[in-house]
Amino acid sequence: MTCQDHKDLMMAYLDDELDDEQKRAFEAHLASCSDCAKDLEEFKKLKRMTDCVALAEPEDRVWDEYWNRLYNRIERGTGWILFSVAAIALLIYGGFELVETIIEDRAVGVLAKIGVLALIGGLAILFVSVLRERLYFWGRDRYKDVRR
Amino acid sequence: MGTVCEENAAALWDSGQSPREAFEGIVKKHMKDAYFIALGLVGNREDALELSQEAFYRAYKHFDQLNSKGKFFPWFYQILRNLCFSHLRKRRVRRDYQVRNSECGVRISDPESNPQSEIRDPQSDEIADHFDPEMIAERNESKDRIWRAISQLDEKHREVIVLRHFQNMSYDEMAKMLFCNRGTVTSRLFYARQRLKEILDHVKGGQEQ
Repeated sequence: MTCQDHKDLMMAYLDDELDDEQKRAFEAHLASCSDCAKDLEEFKKLKRMTDCVALAEPEDRVWDEYWNRLYNRIERGTGWILFSVAAIALLIYGGFELVETIIEDRAVGVLAKIGVLALIGGLAILFVSVLRERLYFWGRDRYKDVRR
Repeated sequence: MGTVCEENAAALWDSGQSPREAFEGIVKKHMKDAYFIALGLVGNREDALELSQEAFYRAYKHFDQLNSKGKFFPWFYQILRNLCFSHLRKRRVRRDYQVRNSECGVRISDPESNPQSEIRDPQSDEIADHFDPEMIAERNESKDRIWRAISQLDEKHREVIVLRHFQNMSYDEMAKMLFCNRGTVTSRLFYARQRLKEILDHVKGGQEQ
């Protein structure tokens, strides 16, 4: 085994994660390698210093309020989803009703009717185009399963 | 922490409870671990609270993606770490933008409130990086130095230091949380500690000069 291999063992030795056999083998290496012994001493010192650092507990009220704050977030999230779905459904329904009224209204000129139909046609084309593009790229994205 | 990595989703979701009650139990059980991991990764209380709560919210929304035999906490941890790292990246982009502006001599802070900081020093910006020293219990100079050095580690090295030193996880638990093998954990810890040592030596060298 090289010193580099022992460097990996050094961390496990430092954190008491080696079994007895590995520990003996590592200690035998330490006895014959002053560089590794010196490194181990430095890492031990660093570990002692790092172990002394503890994160401060926040005030009790943070834990007391934790679930309520989270529950509010969940509740509002659900509220927003319901509101958005209902708003979209109502907008579509209202839009169709409006278009139907305009088309059937004899008082509205032909040009205005063509304009409304063109607007709807344009929106439909845009929607289909964006949807097709998203589906096309999603199917071919090699990195879609990469966890970022 | 050991049992946390082993608990599967079905065990957490007691059939006698409503989903809300069951999730409340899960949150109350893991909120401290979630908060302290986030605090170790992002360095200040407000962000840690916000990110840990957002992670629970997303876990609640996507709980169906965790199969009944899946372990809850390692799965939840992936959500939390991704949120924290994404938050840090956004913060870095914002800081780089400010540094670029300051290099061009653009005023980015309110000169009336602090006339000295009309143009920021990019280096001090980089060091500060929102890691609040008040987050350390029983502060002293040495602990402040370590905390500051941890803030300068890159994400995957900071992560193993946080899990090992602040969460007291074993190598096997860390491997489960990080979805990697023990060898990778050991190697990351080695490079993280080596980098930590370099940063501390550099700081010490700078103070002696």
